[in-house]
Amino acid sequence: MTTVFDFTLGLGDDALIAAQRLGEWTTRAPEMEEDIALANIALDQLGAARLLLTYAGELEGAGRDEDALAYLRDDREFRNCLLVELPNGDFAVTVAKLFFLAAWQLPLYTALAGCADERLAAIGAKARKESAYHLDHASLWMRRLGDGTDESHRRAQDAVDQVWPYVHELFVAAPAAPVDPATLRADVDATVAAVLDEATLTRPETGWTPGGGRDGLHTEHLSYLLAEMQVLHRAHPGATW
Amino acid sequence: MYGNDFAPPEDAPGGGLLGEVEAAEAALREAAARARRGAPAPDEDVEAYFTDVIDADQKIEPRDWMPEAYRKTLIRQIAQHAHSEIIGMQPEGNWISRAPSLKRKAILLAKVQDEAGHGLYLYAAAETLGISRDELVDLLLDGRQKYSSIFNYPTLTWADVGAIGWLVDGAAIVNQVPLCRCSYGPYARAMIRVCKEESFHQRQGYEILHTLAHGTEAQKAMAQDAVDRWWYPSLAMFGPPDGDSTHSAQSMAWKIKRFSNDELRQRFVDMCVGQAEVLGLRIPDPDLRWNEERQAYDYTQPDYAELMRVIKGNGPCNRERMTHRQRAHADGAWVREAAAAYAAKRAERKAVAA
Amino acid sequence: MTGQSSPLWEVFVRARRGLSHTHVGSLHAPDAELALRNARDLYTRRQEGVSIWVVPASAITASSPDEKDAFFDPAADKVYRHPTFYEVPDGVSHL
Repeated sequence: MTTVFDFTLGLGDDALIAAQRLGEWTTRAPEMEEDIALANIALDQLGAARLLLTYAGELEGAGRDEDALAYLRDDREFRNCLLVELPNGDFAVTVAKLFFLAAWQLPLYTALAGCADERLAAIGAKARKESAYHLDHASLWMRRLGDGTDESHRRAQDAVDQVWPYVHELFVAAPAAPVDPATLRADVDATVAAVLDEATLTRPETGWTPGGGRDGLHTEHLSYLLAEMQVLHRAHPGATW
Repeated sequence: MYGNDFAPPEDAPGGGLLGEVEAAEAALREAAARARRGAPAPDEDVEAYFTDVIDADQKIEPRDWMPEAYRKTLIRQIAQHAHSEIIGMQPEGNWISRAPSLKRKAILLAKVQDEAGHGLYLYAAAETLGISRDELVDLLLDGRQKYSSIFNYPTLTWADVGAIGWLVDGAAIVNQVPLCRCSYGPYARAMIRVCKEESFHQRQGYEILHTLAHGTEAQKAMAQDAVDRWWYPSLAMFGPPDGDSTHSAQSMAWKIKRFSNDELRQRFVDMCVGQAEVLGLRIPDPDLRWNEERQAYDYTQPDYAELMRVIKGNGPCNRERMTHRQRAHADGAWVREAAAAYAAKRAERKAVAA
Repeated sequence: MTGQSSPLWEVFVRARRGLSHTHVGSLHAPDAELALRNARDLYTRRQEGVSIWVVPASAITASSPDEKDAFFDPAADKVYRHPTFYEVPDGVSHL
């Protein structure tokens, strides 16, 4: 049974881990303009993460703030989906990850904006505009990579094939949550089909559907990500920054 | 960020902060509003016209006639400045993944992103002088043009992010503020924009150090260590001493440069002393003391032999910085090619449809 | 971009309702769609309510050397981008 706390924590962790991965592109993007764009998206995700984690801490009522939740939990306590923790790979993998995430976050935040919980509704209203931009940006690159050169087409199709299995976890049903992710499937599928079609890419058959992130069972990658993210904070217990 | 610690000793001007930037902006608007010279008369000597515009504190604009040496000097200076912004992202970018709080992470990410933006404003300004960004990027990647040597030092702890903000951005601002009054319009306008955004950078650095200096013993030690390591390299950002500097009277006459390296360095030292006191951190110079007669602080000069060594490519991180930039550029080639191919296909389809 | 440069675009921004579009600078992009996205990120840093035009620099015919550029303030939604967001302890000057 997913409580509002679990749900909020899961969304906050999605946004935080996505931001951490996108931040890794800084100084490395294929073009300087894209460095700025990826940083913008990372900043949006980080902003949403802070709001969501702060609220999760309040719902929990155990005195944990955004930093306590971000820096002092181990990987088994994180509730993000596996999709966001996957390594960046090449630019095509990053675009594919962002594309699927944004295609899901947009209808999710849109639905959240209309939910009964006022705090979540406010967060959803702010974040959905940002998600629309992320989806737009990722779609724009899916089209260019898919319908660009032979090499970019090959890389883009490889990326879609590699990332697609992780998309299914996003729709695990949670009927008691403020928004049941299972209800978003048709919307996301339609977005994905339209963009992949334009990009001359194909959606793989659904076979392997890894999951477990919402229960704290992650890939091997998350622990490394957290080790780096948390190292300084944990080295100075109780310090303020 | 931008210093004066490049290969050939170059010019640098001197400044105060946000207020001076705003004054420069007001001066720019005011000069523009004054009855000004139109285009030169058909029989007028273009060189005399150019000198006239400069003397009247008006701006030279891209399509104006200008001496070839003026154009070349500006291209080199603006390009080195742009390269510095781009390479300067690396030492701080090094700490984005490990920033100790989510708030600090967001601020640092935004700051490093700003540096990329500043690099792009400056490349755009340089391009108005008739050189392409591709050419400029190539000049950086194959080492024919330099970037500020300060970025060849490593960021070993989180406090280095604070020290860079306070000292390196602080020195850069002292250098940059007078550039807001540069005679070349696109550069002056780009600098006004850059300086306004940079003053947030310096403050965030100062705030980081202030927090550390008032935190745990370990944090305070981290802050002092960072100041100890960044102080002299920051002083070296102003370039060689005036006696050794080949900075030209020409740049002064052209109003590209307005103050000497030593004037700017002195100004920076005088600003920092009081700020260090409030931080409760020590400037690592036993001979730093107020000189009543000069109404300025006496201080120990940085090691200029070290500066020359770093400029020649033998600083702690020269190789890493260049390799990192070269790799990012090479790794992105297929993406840029894809975007170009897509645009070409679209244009073709549109042409066929029409 | 790579060997053969992507085209240069001139960027015009309407900072607020009631004002006209003003030239703010230039950028490179392979096509108009990317030019518009890049312009948004570079010249407005997410400020909402602005309208942006991008024009291929090659499509501009210039009549005279005179060009007046303008500036507008950075985006208002990221307060930490503004210097006043930071606490400056009493007694600190020149910061």
